[in-house]
Amino acid sequence: MSKGGFDVRRQTGFTTVAVFCFVVLYLPIILLVLYSFNAGESIAIWEGFSWRWYVSAWENERVQAATVRSVVVALSASLIATSSAVLAALATTRTRPWRGQTLAFALINQPLMVPEIVTAVALLIFFALVKVWTGYTGLAYLIIAHSAFCLPFAYMPIRARLQGMDLSLEQAGADLYGTPFKVFRRITLPQLWPGILAGAMLAFVISLDDVVITEFVKSAGQDTLPTYMLGQLRRVITPEINAISSALLAISVMLVIGFFFLSRTPK
Amino acid sequence: MIEIEGVTKIFGVGAEAFTALDDVSVTIDANEFFTLLGPSGCGKTTLLRVIAGFIDPTRGRVTLDGNNLLNQPPYARPVNTVFQSYALFPHMTVAQNIAFGLEMLGKPGSEVTSTVDEMLALVRMTEMADRKTSQISGGQQQRVALARALAPRPKVLLLDEPLSALDFKLRKDMQLELKRLQSETGITFIFVTHDQDEALTMSNRIAVMNEGRIRQIGGPRDIYDHPAERFVADFIGDTNFLDVELLKVEGEQAHIRLPSGSEVVARAAQGGGRTGGEVTVAIRPEHARMDEAEGALFQGALSNVVYVGTDTHYHIDLDSGGQFIVRQQNQPDQRHERQVGERVGVNFGAGIGQILKD
Ligand SMILES: Nc1ncnc2c1ncn2[C@@H]1O[C@H](COP(=O)(O)OP(=O)(O)OP(=O)(O)O)[C@@H](O)[C@H]1O
Ligand SMILES: [Mg+2]
Repeated sequence: MSKGGFDVRRQTGFTTVAVFCFVVLYLPIILLVLYSFNAGESIAIWEGFSWRWYVSAWENERVQAATVRSVVVALSASLIATSSAVLAALATTRTRPWRGQTLAFALINQPLMVPEIVTAVALLIFFALVKVWTGYTGLAYLIIAHSAFCLPFAYMPIRARLQGMDLSLEQAGADLYGTPFKVFRRITLPQLWPGILAGAMLAFVISLDDVVITEFVKSAGQDTLPTYMLGQLRRVITPEINAISSALLAISVMLVIGFFFLSRTPK
Repeated sequence: MIEIEGVTKIFGVGAEAFTALDDVSVTIDANEFFTLLGPSGCGKTTLLRVIAGFIDPTRGRVTLDGNNLLNQPPYARPVNTVFQSYALFPHMTVAQNIAFGLEMLGKPGSEVTSTVDEMLALVRMTEMADRKTSQISGGQQQRVALARALAPRPKVLLLDEPLSALDFKLRKDMQLELKRLQSETGITFIFVTHDQDEALTMSNRIAVMNEGRIRQIGGPRDIYDHPAERFVADFIGDTNFLDVELLKVEGEQAHIRLPSGSEVVARAAQGGGRTGGEVTVAIRPEHARMDEAEGALFQGALSNVVYVGTDTHYHIDLDSGGQFIVRQQNQPDQRHERQVGERVGVNFGAGIGQILKD
């Protein structure tokens, strides 16, 4: 470390601010996880270690249904979002610049910019109309909505990966008699996989975690895990909520770690 | 036979427009070893990319055996490329890279395997067949790129500086190997290089390029002995330039008067040129002889003697101004050593000097 150079660690108060931020961020989470193991009924008074709230959450049929629904929606949405993202990323990196490319880019990323609540209300109204026309009230609405707002999260890592890829490899593939489809399958796709998996994981986590849009779009009896938890907060809160949250946290952390490893550039 | 007619490529538009190829026309025969030689940025790679199909020319036509190539996508053209950047597939092994083109052509598995083995042996990479391409050296990668492009036996092979990363010995071996391969397979080679020795030793014909234009096309001897213009003479080998007066032209023969007043016959400029007045004549250092000052075509003082093993280079300050270099082969029984400052004369035979167009 150079002497006398600017070193943020030496600036007065930096350490204090940093520590404060970490405490505010992580202390509540640590407490949440801690109390998920509470033997008592309270989320504030420690009465000893126990797995009872995990067991109770596991055996709760409404939690089971909400979990299955969350996973189904998240899997379907990340699948749809990732497939569309692959096509969108190819169209925005592997073609000659076309008219409206910037617009398309903005549209893909729209969910990042429009306030979620606005999207939620808009979808609520739109889907209400569709429900009247079609009479269909299944999970598809949730899956479509989730696919839409997961798209930019799936798109980003895939696009980054494509942009980092050497265009001359695809040219070499074409030079060696590979038709565009074969070149995509044999050359582009194998190198794109880490980006695709990373995008899918990110989309999965984002979908799994969503409250606002889900709350507006879901029909009666279509609670996902987060909206179920939101509903529980209006009643008596038990450490069961902590247990569910901790489980969600564990899944998300694992996926984010996976994402991190996949989106690292090779070597 | 590849016919390239009036190919022009302009990158960008408006103020940023850059002409990378300027009205390039050339016909390359089947089974020819044709070399594109020129300084960096002169458009060699661009021309190869037009032939391979990665760049659409702004204007012009390219045909292969009479068929228009330009309306075929790259994968339909019977043309393979050894890329300047190798462009090996990083997720495949050496053998898989070489097999790729054959598989795309739908060759049966046994044929793929035997051709891959043959190619591996050719480029001496048999032991490395199962390595990933990131686990081999630059020169080895270059050899894999060569094998991969050769394996499908294209009609035309485009080689973009395919030997640049090899050491001297391997490079010489590969040059011979390539030359042998080319005559055995009947594949047309279009070979790009910076290296004039490589171009001169390997090619049937050479096109010397500069700033997007072909300046001269000819066999190695034509290009070396009879450069058409100053750029070509300067780019290939060492050359002496003398400003002389052109007296008269009779067919190939041009009568010139040197600044010293002596008159001599040189070779007339390629494709016409001026018929009188001030012209430049080019003379290779090894084509001139150093003699006694008395009775020579022109005279000067020896300013430097450079011994380079096989040859000695004599730098002569001419009485008429400027410098002239004579290169003479050393003999083992050579007695007489020339001294710096000594007065010497220079002679060259009739038809040795080449008049330049510009
Ligand atoms: N896509 C492009 N856009 C704009 N200019 C380009 C593009 N590709 C090449 N050029 C320019 O065209 C000129 C010719 O490039 P090219 O790659 O053909 O050179 P080269 O003769 O192969 O050089 P080298 O020996 O260094 O490989 C260069 O000045 C280069 O900057
Ligand atoms: Mg080049």
